Amino acid sequence: MKAIVDGQKCTVCGVCSDACPMGAIALRENQVEISDDCSLCGICVDTCEFGALSLPEVGHGPSEDLGSYRGVWVYAEWREGKVHGVSHELLSAGRILADKRGVELGAVLLGSGLDDQMAGELISYGAEVVYVVDAPELAHFTDERYSKCIVELVNRKRPEIVLAGATSMGRSFIPRVAAGLKTGLTADCTELDIGDEGHLLQTRPAFGGNIMATIICPNRRPQMATVRPKVMKPVRMDGRQGRIERVELPSRCFEARVEVLEVIAEQDQTAKLTEADVIVSGGRGLRSAENFHLIEELAGLMNGAVGASRGAVEEGWMAPSHQVGQTGRTVAPTLYVAVGISGAVQHLVGMQGSQVIVAVNKDASAPIFDVATYGVVADLFEFLPEFVKRIKRER
Amino acid sequence: MHIVVCIKQVPDTKNVRIDPDTHTLVRQGVESIINPFDMFAVEGALKIKDLNGARVTVMTMGPPQAAEALRETLGLGADDAVLLSDRAFAGSDTWATSTTLSAAIRKMGDVDLILCGKQAVDGDTAQVGPEMAALLDVPYATFVKKIDIEEPGFLKVLRQTDEGSELWKLQLPALLTVIKELGEPRVPSLRHKMRAKKAEIAVWGNAELGLDPNSTGLCGSFTQVVRVFSPQRRTNRIQLEGSIENQAEQLFQYLKKARVPGL
Ligand SMILES: Cc1cc2nc3c(=O)[nH]c(=O)nc-3n(C[C@H](O)[C@H](O)[C@H](O)COP(=O)(O)OP(=O)(O)OC[C@H]3O[C@@H](n4cnc5c(N)ncnc54)[C@H](O)[C@@H]3O)c2cc1C
Ligand SMILES: Nc1ncnc2c1ncn2[C@@H]1O[C@H](COP(=O)(O)O)[C@@H](O)[C@H]1O
Repeated sequence: MKAIVDGQKCTVCGVCSDACPMGAIALRENQVEISDDCSLCGICVDTCEFGALSLPEVGHGPSEDLGSYRGVWVYAEWREGKVHGVSHELLSAGRILADKRGVELGAVLLGSGLDDQMAGELISYGAEVVYVVDAPELAHFTDERYSKCIVELVNRKRPEIVLAGATSMGRSFIPRVAAGLKTGLTADCTELDIGDEGHLLQTRPAFGGNIMATIICPNRRPQMATVRPKVMKPVRMDGRQGRIERVELPSRCFEARVEVLEVIAEQDQTAKLTEADVIVSGGRGLRSAENFHLIEELAGLMNGAVGASRGAVEEGWMAPSHQVGQTGRTVAPTLYVAVGISGAVQHLVGMQGSQVIVAVNKDASAPIFDVATYGVVADLFEFLPEFVKRIKRER
Repeated sequence: MHIVVCIKQVPDTKNVRIDPDTHTLVRQGVESIINPFDMFAVEGALKIKDLNGARVTVMTMGPPQAAEALRETLGLGADDAVLLSDRAFAGSDTWATSTTLSAAIRKMGDVDLILCGKQAVDGDTAQVGPEMAALLDVPYATFVKKIDIEEPGFLKVLRQTDEGSELWKLQLPALLTVIKELGEPRVPSLRHKMRAKKAEIAVWGNAELGLDPNSTGLCGSFTQVVRVFSPQRRTNRIQLEGSIENQAEQLFQYLKKARVPGL
C-alpha cells in the first residue's frame, strides 16, 4: 500500500516530493510517482495544497462500544515517598481533558506501604479518585508486575484515556500495558487536547524534532500517551475533595520472572539536570575541557546545573550524563543558556521547551538563534567573563 | 544460545533539516543508516557470542533495500539475517511492527534472547521492544548497559534509570533494549565482510508469517497520524547588540526582569 495521487488535481509542483521523509515521491513529466518506499506517514497529504494526495482507506473500525469507556487516568509515579513532578503536571493536564469530556479524573498509585498522604497530594492536583494498589511485591518497580496491575485495573474500571510520564519508568512499562490492552500508545507527547469527535489529540515531535505530528487512536480504548516531563504546567489547588479507593488485585498480577537485585542511586548531574531551574550548557565552541570552568562558574552563580551538547561530550570535555538532546536528556528549565552550541535539531529537541533561552554564539546564522529568546552574537571568551563580572557587581 | 537482534534502517537525522521557506523536511542527500542504538544491540550480541558462544540472527522489517543494513551487520560477525518485507507491512505503527516482529520470532521458535535498541531515532518511540515482550510474554528490561550470563537460563543486567542504575535478574527467554554504554560497535572484519557479501538473506513476507492481513501494516495499526506540521520557532527573539559590556548589561537586565534565581 502507498499514498494515492489524484492525477486530476496534481500540478506536479514538487512540494510533496521535498517533504517526503522517505524520499518516495519522484517527479515525472506530468505526474508524481510514489515508490514502494512510501511508509504511509501522510506527511505529503498535509503539504499538498491542491488536495491531490490521500492515504488508502483502512482501519478495522471500532472493535467494541467505545462509549462504555469513561474517565481520564494518570499513572502517578513516585520516589522515596514523594510524587514525581511529572505526575502533578499530568494531573493538571488531565483535569482539563476530563473537564472537556465531562468525566472523572483518576490517579493510579502502585507501591508498598503507601500512606494516604501521597494520595491526598494527587487529589490537590486535580484527581477526584485515587486507586491505590498496595502490595509488598510492588516495593521495587518491575515492568511485569506494574503493567499487569494497570492492565487489570483498566479492565475493571474502563477509563477512556490513560496518561503517564515519559520518564525511564513510564517509557519502560507503559508500552507493555498498551500491548496487554491491545490499544495504541503515543510516546513522548508534548501537547494533549480533545478533538471535535471526542478523540484525544496527541501531539509529539518526530524525525528528531524536525516535525510535529498529531496522532489519534480512533478505534481502541483506552487512548494512551506518555508525556514529556516539564512541558505541562502543574496547578495545585488546596482544599479539593476526592476519594481514595484501595484495590485488591489477584495474585497473578504480582507474579514476575524478574528479580530486582540492587538499586544504585546516583546523585550525579543527571538527576540535577532534569530538575534544575537554570541550565548553562556548553558546546564545541568551548574548545577544551578546561574552558568549561566558564560554564560552571556562570551556572554556579545562578544555582544552575551544567549541560553539554553532544559535540562537547564527543570531544570528551563533559561526561555523557550532562548531554542535552535527542540521545541525552530532555530538559525544560526556567532558563537555558546555550554557549558555543550550533543548535543542531537533535540538541534543540532536548531544550526547546525551556521558558527563556539565551544563545551565545559568534556565528549570527547559527540555528540555535531560531529558538532563542535572547540572542547574543559574540565571542564567548569575551562575553562570558563580562557577563559574570556584571552579575558579581550586584552582590 | 540463539540471540535475535532487531535492527531498523532510519534516515540519518544528522542531515535532516527544515527548509526555512516551505517548512518541510529537506531530504536531499540524506542517507539511510542503521539506527545507532541497534548497533549497540548488535555489539552486545556479538560480545555474548565471543564470550559464551551463541548464534546471532539479525532481523529487520522494512523495504527490500533494508537488506543492506542486514548485510552490514553480517560483516560485523552476525550469523544469519532475516528480512521481513511485504507491502502488507507498510505503514505499521509500533503495535503492528511488534506484531510482525514477534510473529517472526515465534516462527524461529528457539530464541533465547532478543535484543533491541532503546529507541529508533526516526520515530523515537521506544515502544517496539516492550510491546514485543508483551506479545511474546517474556520478561524484559529496558535501557540495559551491561549484560552478564552466570547461571544457565538466567541473565543479570544493569539498567540505567533516571535516578541511577538497577541490577536485575531475568529468566530466559527474555528481551532487552539497550543503550550506548553496552559498547560501541566494532569494525567489520575482512573475513566476515567476504561472507556477508555472498550470504543469503532470508526474506519473509506475510505468506511466511501467516498473520491476519488486518493485523499488519497500516490496517493493523491502532494509531493514526492526523496532522503534521513544523514546530513553532520563536519569532520574537531579541537580539542583543552593541559592545560586549552593553550586551552583558542588557542580558543581565532582561534576566533580572524574568526573575531568574540568583540575579
Ligand atoms: C542520532 C543522533 C543523535 C544526536 N543526539 C544529540 C543530542 O542528544 N544532543 C546534542 O547536543 N547533539 C546530538 N547530536 C549531534 C548534533 O547533530 C550535533 O552534531 C551537535 O549537537 C553539535 O554540537 P555543538 O553545537 O557543540 O558543536 P558544533 O556544531 O561544532 O557548534 C559549535 C558552535 O560554537 C560556535 N563557536 C565556536 N567558537 C565560538 C566562540 N569563541 N564564541 C562563541 N561561539 C563559538 C560556533 O559558531 C558553532 O555554532 C546527535 C546526532 C545524531 C546523528
Ligand atoms: N521495523 C523494524 N524492524 C526491526 N526492528 C525494529 C523495527 N522498528 C523498531 N525496531 C526495534 O525496536 C527498537 C525501538 O524502536 P521504536 O519503538 O520505533 O523506537 C529499535 O531500536 C529496534 O531494535
